[in-house]
Amino acid sequence: MAHGPAKGISRWLFTTNHKDIGTMYMWFSFAMFLLGGAFAMVIRAELFQPGMQLVEPEFFNQMTTMHGLVMVFGAIMPAFVGLANWMIPLMIGAPDMALPRMNNWSFWILPFAFLMLASTFFMEGGAPNFGWTFYAPLSTTYAPPSVTFFIFAVHIMGASSIMGSINIIATVLNMRAPGMTLMKMPLFVWTWLITAFLLVAVMPVLAGAVTMMLMDIHFGTSFFDAAGGGDPVLFQHVFWFFGHPEVYIIILPGFGVVSQVIPAFSRKPLFGYSSMVYATASIAFLSFIVWAHHMFTVGMPLAGELYFMYATMLIAVPTGVKVFNWITTMWRGSMTFETPMLFAIAFVILFTMGGFTGLMLGIAPSDIQYHDSYFVVAHFHYTMVAGAIFSLTAGIYYWLPKWTGKMYNETLGKTQFWIAFIGFNLTFFPQHFVGLAGMQRRVPDYALQFADFNMLSSIGAFMFGMSQLMLLFNVINTILAGKRAEKDKVWDGAEGLEWTVPSPAPYHTFSTPPQVK
Amino acid sequence: MLRRAKPLFHKLLGSAILMGMLGHQAVADEVERWQVNMTPGVTPVSQEIYGLHMLIFWICVAISVIVFGALAYTIYAHRRSKNREPSTFHEHLGLEIFWTAIPFLILVVMAIPATRSLIHMYDTDTEVDLDVVVTGYQWKWQYEYLGKEVSFFSNLHEDSNAARQLGSGVDVNTIPNYLLEVDRPLVVPVKQKIRFLVTANDVIHAWWVPALGIKRDAIPGFVRESWAYIEEPGIYRGVCAELCGRDHGFMPIVVQAVEQAEFNEWIAQEQAAAAELRELAAQTFTFEDLYERGEGVYNRSCAACHGAQGQGVPGAFPAIAGSAVATGPLEAHLDVVLNGVPGTAMQAFGAQLSPVDIAAVVTFQRNAFGNNMGDQVQPVDVVQQQNQ
Repeated sequence: MAHGPAKGISRWLFTTNHKDIGTMYMWFSFAMFLLGGAFAMVIRAELFQPGMQLVEPEFFNQMTTMHGLVMVFGAIMPAFVGLANWMIPLMIGAPDMALPRMNNWSFWILPFAFLMLASTFFMEGGAPNFGWTFYAPLSTTYAPPSVTFFIFAVHIMGASSIMGSINIIATVLNMRAPGMTLMKMPLFVWTWLITAFLLVAVMPVLAGAVTMMLMDIHFGTSFFDAAGGGDPVLFQHVFWFFGHPEVYIIILPGFGVVSQVIPAFSRKPLFGYSSMVYATASIAFLSFIVWAHHMFTVGMPLAGELYFMYATMLIAVPTGVKVFNWITTMWRGSMTFETPMLFAIAFVILFTMGGFTGLMLGIAPSDIQYHDSYFVVAHFHYTMVAGAIFSLTAGIYYWLPKWTGKMYNETLGKTQFWIAFIGFNLTFFPQHFVGLAGMQRRVPDYALQFADFNMLSSIGAFMFGMSQLMLLFNVINTILAGKRAEKDKVWDGAEGLEWTVPSPAPYHTFSTPPQVK
Repeated sequence: MLRRAKPLFHKLLGSAILMGMLGHQAVADEVERWQVNMTPGVTPVSQEIYGLHMLIFWICVAISVIVFGALAYTIYAHRRSKNREPSTFHEHLGLEIFWTAIPFLILVVMAIPATRSLIHMYDTDTEVDLDVVVTGYQWKWQYEYLGKEVSFFSNLHEDSNAARQLGSGVDVNTIPNYLLEVDRPLVVPVKQKIRFLVTANDVIHAWWVPALGIKRDAIPGFVRESWAYIEEPGIYRGVCAELCGRDHGFMPIVVQAVEQAEFNEWIAQEQAAAAELRELAAQTFTFEDLYERGEGVYNRSCAACHGAQGQGVPGAFPAIAGSAVATGPLEAHLDVVLNGVPGTAMQAFGAQLSPVDIAAVVTFQRNAFGNNMGDQVQPVDVVQQQNQ
């Protein structure tokens, strides 16, 4: 009855298997991660010294724009969807995702979206150059002609994300094994369930924003043009109504991964399971009502400014609950520090620092000075890179033995961790300083007083970039030449249904549902 | 606090890590390098912001000492080699209520001074002494002293502008105030409440002067307000903070704050100069004068988009060399320069340049870069077309 994968390319083109699709998502997102990383290397190379050495300012703007777009929509989001595809059925005891054909479709439209986006580099006027936040009218009246292709690419990415989210919601709500009640689900599943609801809610808003742009550009409307009765600030409200939940979409699954890894290597259950679930839900709820804190300098009325400041500050409470929970989970545990645990602990430290700067940015009067400076760049890289990328890396090392049945090289993993950790901090910590000292973001050149810290930043960035190649090497080396994992449950402290199946996980798992106590 | 710690910090980083790497000389040493903190600034608002920033900073430091201290301790004390048997405790309602309530109270402590500062910052209506309209353009600022008939544009200084070109061959370390110098600074009096009415002509810009505690988005079609009461004379530098296209990084702000008497003298001079310019517009110029003047105007106002050789940027900005406009009917050419092209990046220069400059630059464009129309425009023609 059970049958294996099809042979050749058709296995990947037509597959409806959650493990195959998860694998494709992971490889695709890693390819995008390297592409977005290459853009970052161009940015840091130009910023290595004051003066213009390598690229024209137009091209630099294309680099910052495409770096942001590719990292957010091409690397981080698909990577977490890949983890969800692989792990959610295994964690809740389901044989596959609830909607396997749609699963195939939601993956396979992604490469076309990014092919279209990348093709804009070869068009007249170049790629999008208006920042990943694409504020109108820079992205409408003043945009290069390729903006239309960008809009369609965003539509396709949005459709892919919505389909992926519907699939995850349907799977989690319908396909849990007998006895797996909602409040017994692993936290990774919980965080993804909440993330999926966020995605379904806000991706249509993004689609609306880009559609209004399309209308303004080609069909004579004036949504964002004051000359025709519109308002450029309207764009920002719509964008950030999507954009703020979006940043939690990026980080919440990371919370989930870390909440699996830390108990496993502390050999101790998560301290407050239910408060973690409630904290995640609170963060998701708050994410809908704080968007205009990205716009403290547009000149909102005082009342609006105060409201968005207070609401934003509230996010610190559930976020604090999460951090305290991770630390009390480690407390009096019996900890070992394999690579996944190192990345998870670094996540806790660095994400907390990103949280502190987030709190500072939330204080509206001080934000007047921080806004659009390098302080903001430092802040969101502490939350997104140290948040999403570090937790993803922790997840990859944690589950790689389950996926491949082989052990990765621990020494290489730890070496990668230290290079990534030092490189990351060398890159982004000095950016707090230059931001406070007055350096604005998205510039290809800067005044001389920022030269020293920028050079440090660039050196750190090259280190961090190199550490990602070590991850790639380690994964390939594991697949080709890794030592066999001796046990199905490779981590002695790990809990959960995914560790009850053999390593590597067979092509079909849980054809008969397990019984959960 | 951080300011006092800086010399040590400078020494540690500067000597230990970077001595060999850094070759910035003479000029660069005048600027404050290794600055790690925000400026307290020179206005009551900027100082309030600084105080608030430091308050939150120290609260965050205190929290991180506790949180990271606990983390460090547990990593040390509860590793497997020290603690073979893990505890199994989990869930503790009292603790969970505690760590929800305490952060909330800390937030209230932060919110009170923040609210007070914000209300102060929003007080743009009372006792205003001087109104300055700030208009952002791609990629320069226009300052207009409301009711004083003085208005001018402020561009990146030509030394910085020459040095910042790709492959310019100029060592930027030799340029004073590289990227932070303009041709004409905004001059304002000290100890007066100055209201800035900020808007934009094309895309969104943001007028940011850290020492004044002002960052206000310049939004096309809307006017936003901000204000400053500058306490000490001096030169305060800032930048455009909102991505506004290619030369976003190259439209600095320089505010020169002077004593009231000096300001009055300056504004009188500016008014006289403006009157003189109006007179000049009535005169007739020779072709050579127009061409020569036009070249200068072109380099300041047109070359950023249309290229130093009139070659343009394919797909973004049309070329001047051989263009249909510059080699077509004169009136249409003048119309494009005066009124811009709606829906594109081509600005209306009628408000930006004097009739003399417009006549000069149009004459230049029609006869440079291989264009050979042989005709010319006089300032009176420009005024005539403007009045139509």
